[in-house]
Amino acid sequence: MKAAVVVFPGSNCDRDCAVGIERSTGAAVDMIWHQETTLPEGLDLIVLPGGFSYGDYLRCGAMAAQSPVMREVVKAANDGVAVIGICNGFQILCEAHLLPGTLLRNSALKYICKSVDLDVINANTRFTAGFGGQSTARMTVGNGEGNFFADEQTLARLEGEGQVAFRYRQNPNGSAHGIAGIVNARGNVLGMMPHPDRAFEPELGSTDGATLFRSVMGCA
Amino acid sequence: MKTKVHVYLKPGVLDVQGKAIEGALHDLGWGDVANVRVGKTIEFEVAGADRVKAEAEAKAMADKLLANTVIESYRVEIV
Repeated sequence: MKAAVVVFPGSNCDRDCAVGIERSTGAAVDMIWHQETTLPEGLDLIVLPGGFSYGDYLRCGAMAAQSPVMREVVKAANDGVAVIGICNGFQILCEAHLLPGTLLRNSALKYICKSVDLDVINANTRFTAGFGGQSTARMTVGNGEGNFFADEQTLARLEGEGQVAFRYRQNPNGSAHGIAGIVNARGNVLGMMPHPDRAFEPELGSTDGATLFRSVMGCA
Repeated sequence: MKTKVHVYLKPGVLDVQGKAIEGALHDLGWGDVANVRVGKTIEFEVAGADRVKAEAEAKAMADKLLANTVIESYRVEIV
């Protein structure tokens, strides 16, 4: 099993992601600098980590989405490789048009850092299958711009096609339909604001992130 | 030639910064201020004197990078 974590200038959860995946799944994790124009062969998972890539200049994730490595990430995603974007990674996936919608400033204009309870809305994705009968998950959010927005037509499609993976039990930031995480139509790209990379050991208050990583790596 | 691209959140998108500024303006006594919107202007120079071409290029730049057309609209101004 092999995973890669992309490192952008300003990423700050890259190591959390690598350690979380290694400890949860035993997979080898490569760190990939954003200027790379190739990805390692045989990847099972690519993670875009949280942080403040390019200092959130222009719009969160906008500059990172234009990085050389993102052309390869888009290609890999189109080939069916699993991709997870967490927090800033979710913003990058939206800016790269791998996921619909975008993330707006939180409705109360505040940076929100706290534990959130999530409903697992679709447990049939490769990211959530490992939750089995577990219908809720607990992780933390830490963001100022996590307010998911999409037009009504897109929201209806996301709901109707089972593309809503996680929903906040108590909406912290004004996200449309309380959406915390979505998958693409093909089901191999997941974007989520809560951090599985901060929830992979009991000492961290939750192991639900480990469940997610094990699920996508097929070792649930 | 100087080009300006003005980017704003679309009318249907809640502009929380605009709301906060509006509240502050009300507190300062400008009670009749309404519909405050916060945008940004990106300006740059391009070579040549073809205004039509410059405008078309700026629109392509806005669609590709300068604006996120899911939530933002933009206006190109050739100065």
